[in-house]
Amino acid sequence: MPDFTAVLAQIKPKLGCVADNLALIEERIQQAIIQKAELVIFPELALTGYFLKDLVPEVALRLDSPEILRLTELSSQISIAFGFVEVTDDYRFFNSALYLEDGNIKHLHRKVYLPTYGLFDEQRYLARGERFRAFDTKFGRMGMLICEDMWHLSSSYILAMDGAATLLCLSSSPSRGIEGESLGSATAWQKLTTTTAMFLNCRVFYCNRVGYEDGINFWGGSEYISPAGESVVRAGLMVEDNVTITVDEGALRRERIFSPMLRDENLFVTVQELKRIERERSQ
Amino acid sequence: MAGLTANTTLLRQILVGFVRDEVHKVGIRKAVLGLSGGIDSALVAFIAAEALGPKNVHAICMPYKSSNPESEVHARLVAEACGIDFTVIPITPMVDAYFDNFPSADNMRRGNKMARERMTILFDHSALLSALVLGTSNKTELLLGYGTLYGDMASALNPIGDLYKTQVWQLSAEMGVPSAVIEKKPSADLWAGQTDEEELGFTYNQVDELLGRMVDQRLSRDELIKAGFNPEFVDTVYGKIQNSHFKRRLPVIAKVSNRTIDRDFRYSRDWGK
Repeated sequence: MPDFTAVLAQIKPKLGCVADNLALIEERIQQAIIQKAELVIFPELALTGYFLKDLVPEVALRLDSPEILRLTELSSQISIAFGFVEVTDDYRFFNSALYLEDGNIKHLHRKVYLPTYGLFDEQRYLARGERFRAFDTKFGRMGMLICEDMWHLSSSYILAMDGAATLLCLSSSPSRGIEGESLGSATAWQKLTTTTAMFLNCRVFYCNRVGYEDGINFWGGSEYISPAGESVVRAGLMVEDNVTITVDEGALRRERIFSPMLRDENLFVTVQELKRIERERSQ
Repeated sequence: MAGLTANTTLLRQILVGFVRDEVHKVGIRKAVLGLSGGIDSALVAFIAAEALGPKNVHAICMPYKSSNPESEVHARLVAEACGIDFTVIPITPMVDAYFDNFPSADNMRRGNKMARERMTILFDHSALLSALVLGTSNKTELLLGYGTLYGDMASALNPIGDLYKTQVWQLSAEMGVPSAVIEKKPSADLWAGQTDEEELGFTYNQVDELLGRMVDQRLSRDELIKAGFNPEFVDTVYGKIQNSHFKRRLPVIAKVSNRTIDRDFRYSRDWGK
């Protein structure tokens, strides 16, 4: 695989304003094209904003909607990953992310883990996705996660076992925890992304939004983590930002030679034990 | 307790950003607030001045004849320190005109009336100046219900409503609130010599230590007592939170339709912003 250049677009979407957000996304795509980037990544629900509540059906888009078609067309110039609300023919609404490449939809991921605790209430309004699947891109095999998905170890594990060497995590993570040296939620996420990269010898692109919705602040801090679990570049906290990364394919090769944990992972043992647990739980 | 010691640099960044973002996104540039001479409104004035620019913040001091004259002096000191506009509108004539009809009204009725009189002046200035009204209630008093519903609890935006009083002190020191205001005893200033802590029956430090564990960390009653809190104190504070909960909610609506406001008609306030 060749080296490639990616951009993390740390934007501030307007709540419920699809047209405005589409314009904002297109602007960032054009910028990324001008700077000769090959992949641009946007946050979770970049097209809609996060605390949608009863707005969900109003901002939802079909995969054949003009907005999605427009972004799909743009992907003939640059690969694009972004989040939106998807509506299906049977009127289910998903917190979804698309990976667009060469003018086609390469992959659709529907958020599996919809947080409904604390300040979150996603499962009240949205349907659950039911799969994690890796997919092939020009830059190798990838997997997509939407925010809370990543807090479940099995999600990243499945994608890595399915061959993903690059994990894209699209996020809308609210700020909370002001006691420590740095923001509580930012610290927790950094531990998660770096540890996941290290365990699975995978690259992690983490793209988080900024801005406030009803007093809740999203902290940004979008980040690229190397397959060794090291933070290579990080966007500003709580500011709109744009981060460009030149991804070194050699770093992945070297890491997988140096720490071949993924090679040694025993899928047979894992599946056998999970099946046993499932059997025992259903008794 | 670790939970009450705030990273004031981070807190300042979040709260200044909050005022700037939430004011600007509704197409407004200005804010108005009541400046009492106390620490809560002083801190909000400093946050707003940094967020919007001092010229876009208008403070109104609204003394009653029984207010401590020192309060107005401190309010003026705060306004000068952060460079914001400042006016004084005494509320004695309107409050007295009303209570001439009810001469036997007690302190609570008089205090509530004063708080609501101030609220009407602030919201009138909101229209006059095209400015959003900033709230100045902290988390301790919001949880204890130590405020007047539709009075000092009324606002468009409250930057400090998730800060315990202890944290208000910490952030005020970081932001340069004059030390005379930080160091004086907190008072609702309804009558001479009144102090919050005497009226509440415990200190802010004591109650914040309890609230942090009870509300934020969700320790059970048994765990709180084991941690050294007096059972009576725990029960008193729990009762205050429970009995004042109505003040923290919208008025209750009788449900008859499929979509009742705030029950199954749910939108963020920042809808479309």
